[in-house]
Amino acid sequence: MKVISTEIDIASCSKLLVNSRAGALAGFEGWVRNHNDGHNVLQLEYEVYNPIAESEGDKIIQEAKTQYDILDAYCVHRSGLLEIGDCAVWVGVSAAHRNEAFDACRYIINNIKTRLPIWKKEYYQNGDSGWVNCERCAAEK
Amino acid sequence: MKKSITVIYFALFREKAGINQEVILTEVSSVADLFLELKYRHQLNEPQGHCKIAINDNLATWDAEINDGDTVLLFPPVAGG
Repeated sequence: MKVISTEIDIASCSKLLVNSRAGALAGFEGWVRNHNDGHNVLQLEYEVYNPIAESEGDKIIQEAKTQYDILDAYCVHRSGLLEIGDCAVWVGVSAAHRNEAFDACRYIINNIKTRLPIWKKEYYQNGDSGWVNCERCAAEK
Repeated sequence: MKKSITVIYFALFREKAGINQEVILTEVSSVADLFLELKYRHQLNEPQGHCKIAINDNLATWDAEINDGDTVLLFPPVAGG
């Protein structure tokens, strides 16, 4: 798991998972969209506490390796100011077969969203801004 | 005996508190009690169950004990991805 402040190079990240035993690579890209909760969003700013984000992210990847029959997994998350359409997070999972790769990929991104110390601030067209609460966190507690 | 605790605020909590960090003297023993004290002091209205806490760079549970000299990281509700 890495947190970076520059554009995610997805092709390079995918190459890290190359394995002759792999028959599948499942990848997830989280993009910055131009709307949320009825607001027109212009930009997103991610604040990340890197030491715990990376250690907890590594822990989530290890959990996925234990729970699913996969070969490897990797995740990169952005920090700083992002524009609409930018890739904010990438998760890749290699496995012998696609079902395990898809399932592990979903497990990793779901946990990345709720467990890592990452916050996003949206900047709206009307000049306002606001921190986004994790809806799933609120629903689960 | 009062303990000296460094508290670091993030995102929404930093904006509400108006500071990045502070050193406080407290007699509370758990991070849950420390959170209550800081909620009152800085009007942090997020429910405890939506927040996370770390002690000396390790995520902790709310019943964890705080000791003199600890650094406590106060995390408002997260929203990665």
